[in-house]
Amino acid sequence: MRATHQSTKLLTGVTLIVSVFMLAPIGLSVMAGLVNNYSAGLKSGLTLRWLQEVLEVYGSTVSWSLLLGLLCVLGNLLIGVPCAYALARSPSRAARLFEELLTLPVAVPGLASALGLILTFGHMRDFRQSFAFILVGHMVFTLPFMVRTVSSAFQRNELLALDEAARTLGARFSQRFSGVLVPAVLPAIVAGSLMVFTLSVGEFNLTWMLHTPLTRTLPVGLADSYASMRIEIGSAYTLVFLLVILPVLWGLQAIGTLIEKHHGT
Amino acid sequence: MEPEHTRTRIDVLDCAKTYPDGTRGLQSTTLTVEPGEVLALLGPSGCGKTTLLRIIAGLERPDAGSRIVFGKTDVTALPVEQREIGMVFQHYALFPQMTVEANIGYGLRIRGVDAAERRRAVGELIDLVRLNGLEKKRPAALSGGQRQRVALARAVAARPRVLLLDEPLTALDAKLKESLRDELAELLRRLHITAVYVTHDQQEALAIADRLAVMQAGRIVQVGHGEALYRRPGHPFVAMFLGRVNRLERTALDRADHAFSIGGLRLTCSAALGDQNALLVRPEDIEVGEFKLGWGQALVTRRSFLGDRVQLTLAASEHASLQADVARDHAAQLGETVGIRIQPERLMPCHETT
Repeated sequence: MRATHQSTKLLTGVTLIVSVFMLAPIGLSVMAGLVNNYSAGLKSGLTLRWLQEVLEVYGSTVSWSLLLGLLCVLGNLLIGVPCAYALARSPSRAARLFEELLTLPVAVPGLASALGLILTFGHMRDFRQSFAFILVGHMVFTLPFMVRTVSSAFQRNELLALDEAARTLGARFSQRFSGVLVPAVLPAIVAGSLMVFTLSVGEFNLTWMLHTPLTRTLPVGLADSYASMRIEIGSAYTLVFLLVILPVLWGLQAIGTLIEKHHGT
Repeated sequence: MEPEHTRTRIDVLDCAKTYPDGTRGLQSTTLTVEPGEVLALLGPSGCGKTTLLRIIAGLERPDAGSRIVFGKTDVTALPVEQREIGMVFQHYALFPQMTVEANIGYGLRIRGVDAAERRRAVGELIDLVRLNGLEKKRPAALSGGQRQRVALARAVAARPRVLLLDEPLTALDAKLKESLRDELAELLRRLHITAVYVTHDQQEALAIADRLAVMQAGRIVQVGHGEALYRRPGHPFVAMFLGRVNRLERTALDRADHAFSIGGLRLTCSAALGDQNALLVRPEDIEVGEFKLGWGQALVTRRSFLGDRVQLTLAASEHASLQADVARDHAAQLGETVGIRIQPERLMPCHETT
C-alpha cells in the first residue's frame, strides 16, 4: 500500500516537471508577444501592439493557411479515397510498387520534393506564382497519409463482406462505393482528413521552397518574422498561431469524434 | 408475397471450381433444388459447400463448362448483381452506418422503388421478422439474433428468385442457436422462396431443410430427405457425419456366413452386407438389458449421465469399446455386466456399396 502511494507521488512529481518543461517555453513565448519590451520583461508593461502589427503584416497568411488546409483535404478526398480503394483491392505487384512510390515524399526531405516540383513546373509562371503551386506541394506530401489510413480500412475483411452483400442486393459499383463502402470507412476518412489538415497547416519544409513573396503561409510567415522582425513580433505571431489554429484543430477533432460516434461502429 | 412469382427451380450442372494454384475446391457437381424447397449443403469445413453456394450466387466464377440455371434462365454468365438472389452471410454483413429500416430497404432503394412503396414493404418485413420498435436502431445496437433477422429481411426484401444462406446461425451461441433454428425454419416456410442453406451442423440441417446434400472433399456424397439419410445412409461418410456410429469389425468367417458377432452372440444379417469387413451401428440402436439367452454380453466401462439420456461405454469380447445410448432411468451401472443386442436391420455398411 505504502509502495503504491509513494510511486504515485513520484509519478505526479515527474509529470509535473515534464509539464513545466514543455509548457514553460509556450508560456514565455506568449508572454514575450504581450510585453512592451522582452528584455525588460513584465515590468515594461503589457500591450497588444505587436499582435496588431502581426495582423497587419501577416494577417493574410492565416486565412491562406486555413484555406490551403481545407483545399488540401478536399483534394485528398477526391484523389486519395478512390486511390486507397484501388490499392486495397488490387492484388498486383504494380499496385504495391505504386504504394511505395506514394510514400516517398514522406521519407524524402521536403526540400528535395520541392526542388523536383520547381524543376518540373517552374517554367509555368502563373502556376508557379500562385497558391495552387503550394497546394500541389502539400497534396504530394499529405496524400500518402490519407491513402494509407483509408486503404487499410478498405482492406478489412468486413468491408469485403459488405461489398459482396451490396452486390447480392443488386447494387452497381458506383452505388456500392458511395452508398456502402465510403460510409463504412468514414471514421478512417475523418481521421485521415484531420491528419492531412494538420500537416498542411503546419507544413514548412516544402512550402518554404515553393512560396513567393506573395504566396506565404503561416509557418513561412513565422520564419520570416523570426528572421527579420523584433522578437516580440515573432512571439506575438506564435500567439496568433495558437489562438487561430488550435481552436480550429480542436473544433475539427470534435466534429471527427462526433461523426465517429454517430457512425456507431 | 405471391408464392408462384418467387418459386424458382435451381439447376447446378457440371459445376466445378479449380483455384489458380490448382487445388480443386469443387469437383464436377450436378444438383437440382426444387421450386420452393429448402436444401441444405451439409459437410465439414473445407468440403466445398460454401464454394458451391458462392458459385450459385455468382460471387465465385466456376470452371469453364459449368452451368447454373434459375428456372428457365441460364445465369452462368450473369454477374451477381443481376442474378436476383438474396443472401444471408455468416456474419450478416449488415451496413453499419444504416438503420435497421435502411438496411432492409437497401435492395429496394437500389432498384429505384419509390419511398412510399419501400416503407410499406419494409414495414411488412419488420412485422414478419418481429423487429418492431427497432426500425431506427443501428446494427451495432442489436443482439445477435436480431441482426440475423435483419440480414434475412434484407435478403428477401427485393423478392429474390433464390435465397442463399451461408451458415447464418454460426455466429450465435449454442442456446440461442437452437431457438432461432426453429424460428428460421418457420420463416423460410412462410417465405416460399427456393433456398440453399449451407451448414456444418447436422442438427441444424435436419431441422431447417427439406432435403440435405451431404458433401465431402469437394463432392456431393448423397442427396435426400434428412430422415432417410439418417436411417439408410448410402455412404459411410453420410452415416458418420449425420450422428454418431460404432464400428463392428467382422472376421472372414462372419462375412462368409452373412453374420456378425457381438458379445459372444452371433447374429445373421442381410446378404447385402455380405462383403463388408466392418459394419456401422448407431449408439441408440444398441439395446442394453439384462444378460439372458439370445443376448450378447458386455461390461459397462463408463457411464456418463447426459441429462436427457445416459451414454454407456461397453466392452464386449470382440469389440473393445462400443458406445450405447440408453434412457435416462436405465438401470445399467458402472462395472456391471449387461446383455446387448442389435436388430440386424439397424446395421449400416462401412464401405461404399455401388
